[in-house]
Amino acid sequence: MSTATEPVLGFDEALATYDPVMGLEVHVELGTETKMFCGCPTAFGAEPNTQTCPVCLGLPGALPVVNEKAVESAIRIGLALNCSIAPWCRFARKNYFYPDMPKNFQTSQYDEPIAFEGYLDVELDDGSTYRVEIERAHMEEDTGKSLHVGGSTGRIHGATHSLVDYNRAGIPLVEIVTKPMLGAGERAPEVAKAYVATLRDLLKALEVSDVKMEQGSMRCDVNLSLMPKGSAVLGTRTETKNVNSLRSVERAVRYEIGRHAAVLSGGGSITQETRHWHEDTGITTSGRPKSDADDYRYFPEPDLVPVAPAAETVEALRATLPEPPAERRRRLQTTWGYSDLEMRDVMNAGLLELVEETVAAGASPAAARKWWSGEIARRANTEGEDVVTYAERLGVTPAHVVELEGLVTAGRLNDSMARQAWEGVLDGEGTPTAVADARGLELVQDTGALEAAVDAVIAANPDVADKIRDGKVQAVGALIGQVMREMKGQADAGAARTIILERLGQA
Amino acid sequence: MTTDLTRATAAELADLLGAGTVSSREVTQALLDRTAAVDGAVHSYLHVDGEGALGQATEVDRRRAAGESLHHLAGVPVAVKDVLATRGLPTTCGSRILEGWVPPYDATLVTRLREAGMPILGKTNMDEFAMGSSTEHSAFGPSHNPWDLDRIPGGSGGGSSSVVASFQAPLAIGTDTGGSIRQPAAVTGTVGAKPTYGGVSRYGLVALASSLDQAGPCSRTVLDSALLHAVIAGHDPMDSTSIDAPVPAVVEAARRADVSGMRIGIVKELTGEGFQPGVQARFEEAVQHLVDGGAEVVEVSCPSFTYALAAYYLILPSEASSNLAKFDAMRYGLRVSPEGVDAPSAEQVMAATRDAGFGDEVKRRIILGTYALSSGYYDAYYGSAQKVRRLIANDFAAAFERADVLVSPTAPTTAFRLGDKLDDPMAMYLNDIATIPANLAGIPGLSVPSGLADEDGLPAGFQVLAPAMADDRLYAVGAALEARLTAAWGGPLLDRAPDLTEVAR
Repeated sequence: MSTATEPVLGFDEALATYDPVMGLEVHVELGTETKMFCGCPTAFGAEPNTQTCPVCLGLPGALPVVNEKAVESAIRIGLALNCSIAPWCRFARKNYFYPDMPKNFQTSQYDEPIAFEGYLDVELDDGSTYRVEIERAHMEEDTGKSLHVGGSTGRIHGATHSLVDYNRAGIPLVEIVTKPMLGAGERAPEVAKAYVATLRDLLKALEVSDVKMEQGSMRCDVNLSLMPKGSAVLGTRTETKNVNSLRSVERAVRYEIGRHAAVLSGGGSITQETRHWHEDTGITTSGRPKSDADDYRYFPEPDLVPVAPAAETVEALRATLPEPPAERRRRLQTTWGYSDLEMRDVMNAGLLELVEETVAAGASPAAARKWWSGEIARRANTEGEDVVTYAERLGVTPAHVVELEGLVTAGRLNDSMARQAWEGVLDGEGTPTAVADARGLELVQDTGALEAAVDAVIAANPDVADKIRDGKVQAVGALIGQVMREMKGQADAGAARTIILERLGQA
Repeated sequence: MTTDLTRATAAELADLLGAGTVSSREVTQALLDRTAAVDGAVHSYLHVDGEGALGQATEVDRRRAAGESLHHLAGVPVAVKDVLATRGLPTTCGSRILEGWVPPYDATLVTRLREAGMPILGKTNMDEFAMGSSTEHSAFGPSHNPWDLDRIPGGSGGGSSSVVASFQAPLAIGTDTGGSIRQPAAVTGTVGAKPTYGGVSRYGLVALASSLDQAGPCSRTVLDSALLHAVIAGHDPMDSTSIDAPVPAVVEAARRADVSGMRIGIVKELTGEGFQPGVQARFEEAVQHLVDGGAEVVEVSCPSFTYALAAYYLILPSEASSNLAKFDAMRYGLRVSPEGVDAPSAEQVMAATRDAGFGDEVKRRIILGTYALSSGYYDAYYGSAQKVRRLIANDFAAAFERADVLVSPTAPTTAFRLGDKLDDPMAMYLNDIATIPANLAGIPGLSVPSGLADEDGLPAGFQVLAPAMADDRLYAVGAALEARLTAAWGGPLLDRAPDLTEVAR
């Protein structure tokens, strides 16, 4: 395997000379119960070759029949991407030889996609919007999976034998292809990432796929070319295949921009080819040459009748579309009163649903955000999990947050005690109340003891007390800290502040 | 009624079985004995499943004895062309590349035969992947015409026609992509029908050209074909091109055998020049018989038929090149490693296997189809052929405005000699000139014997074509003609064929 690093130009330097042009092709595995053309189940991770039949194995004589649910999903995706839906379209055969493709042709859509000419608005970090034009969304079937055994690289070269698992063969896919994305300039990597993220949220909201990039149910191919600034002629593109995380999409675009720029600046020319992305090293390496002359000998699939969704069917499906994620986000941010930064943090941490559920369960938006994005997020990160999965594994629920906030508002816990109680919950010690009971966390409600402590602290710090008497109220913090220490943390800081200011004539 | 069970028609056998006069086991055994005696000479079968057929026969006899209500044809044996998937029984499509392959599933029509309780005698010989008009392209050797063993029994279904003509089975299943049921029927003096495209499920029929392939019945009488047609036809959710509509009343039409008041259209382009005089003469006599039966004759013209053969030989290889791509040595069938290569790649194994496993005619068509579909040539070839196809359908539609059925000789000649056209593919292709238009348009067609040509004393066929889903008209016309001709001949035509038992020994 060649991973020799090629020359790469610095990003800023590259962008000073060239404009990047991107095209993204996203494959989405639909979450239908059965395959695209047969009744086999689609469950992920089953024993190899246990979810197959004559149809998806391409046995001689077997014939495909279109999965109506998959067509519905494809139409809903098309509608959500603001596409036109074809009133009549066909499947085509894409002919090429590959051992994990049972029929040696892939049943796909070629010149007659189910959905075409749409767009998706993508919000960037600075709050601006980039409109990604969608060329088409078409249906096709997935291939099987080859495993090459006995070599050092996992590739067929050097392997002693190969195993093929056809469980994935025939799983319905929708491929979403953008038009060339121009004018993103230095923000191209960010646009690419934001587009895939927005698309992922949208598909998730549509409930058509589990969009798990790490399991391959959503895969992205990145096409990239550069054109000299001021030019209108598209450069030669490369296609980086199967980039499987949001971060990698961004990195792959950035890397290819630098690599193309280095080649072009050195007077070389870009070879049209597919490239492999290496997650570990963050670089791409050459795959197979891909010319426009690749001849798949497409022709209409004669074993299938055309797909002709009635206009009423399309409109009925349009009525099932959920609130677009971007609109939903704006609505929730307004309702919750979050700042842009707070909202972005919640989004980036993947906490939107959890916060929403917690608020619905009775917590304040502030408390919901605070408790889900603090200690638990830190721990989840250390464990290499996302918060939702981590919380699920620990058994921590929105009800716990509601209960914790209740203890604070009832005056039983102060902020630092609440933090201790939350840590106890995360350590598996039970509910917030149970943790508080077990750890003896309880604000001292006895004003006599608090007053005595305040008096002792004022007496011990005459200089500070004088400053406060003179109107430097901000110095009160130092005294509160000492009172808390005196009370071993079991005091209500607010009450302590009130008493100190009373005593010093500033109330 | 004859006591020779092998010479009884399916309808007669059904009556005997129903009355309890004979058992299915006796019938099946008689046919297997006949096969043992004559198949060495005609080579109709690639696989005979005596044990399986007798087992199914015994089971039907037991159910009948138990008083169960059975299908009319229950216990009547049938032979199946080797292009249909049969669970537990080899399916080779006449090709080395599938030698020894035993499918794990049944084609839908095979399931229907089994459900009707029809014992499956075996799999019949065919041109490799149904490519050819003579059965000489079978990788396992040609079948022979029972009328003259030096001659071809038609193709690609020569096994299914000769198995019926040589009294080894009363019924057989064939498939017709460009005439492979009708042309073999014509040259062996038997009956064969290609139903409306989509009328019989293609599920389990190993595809040659998906948009043209159609399975159908082969028999010795029109009624028998209708009976078998009724068993295998009807909607199948496993085949998306299968028609979801009631099956035309083919059996009733065959029993009625009435053409009075019917308008019979003679297709100008499918008669006269290019047709053997003896074939043409029998055709004209047959038309006269229909007129005598009360039919009215009109002449119709289908000008686009001139291009039918060319269009067919672009569409068929194009689809075949894609359909045959699955035979790649990876999962089933033959696997050949290239010689002199130490560690061959998957591609090299595929290439070596396909080179060794496919015959010349198959390779010829794969190359032709690959070329016709390739980028830059698609519009000129495949695209144009599809346009011609539409013109042919339009011609038919116009012709059926003027006539209820269309008629022509089934094939331009009687059976040619084995080897005669093997080195001249174009001459071979011309033999399907009258049958191909029906496949391009998806309409049904039937061939019935019209007599023996004067020049060579060999059978000629009479073709009837009807609009899509009007299959019943074929049987009405075919049965009416058959009744008049049989009366004129003083018995079935096949009675004049040589008795093969002498030759076989």
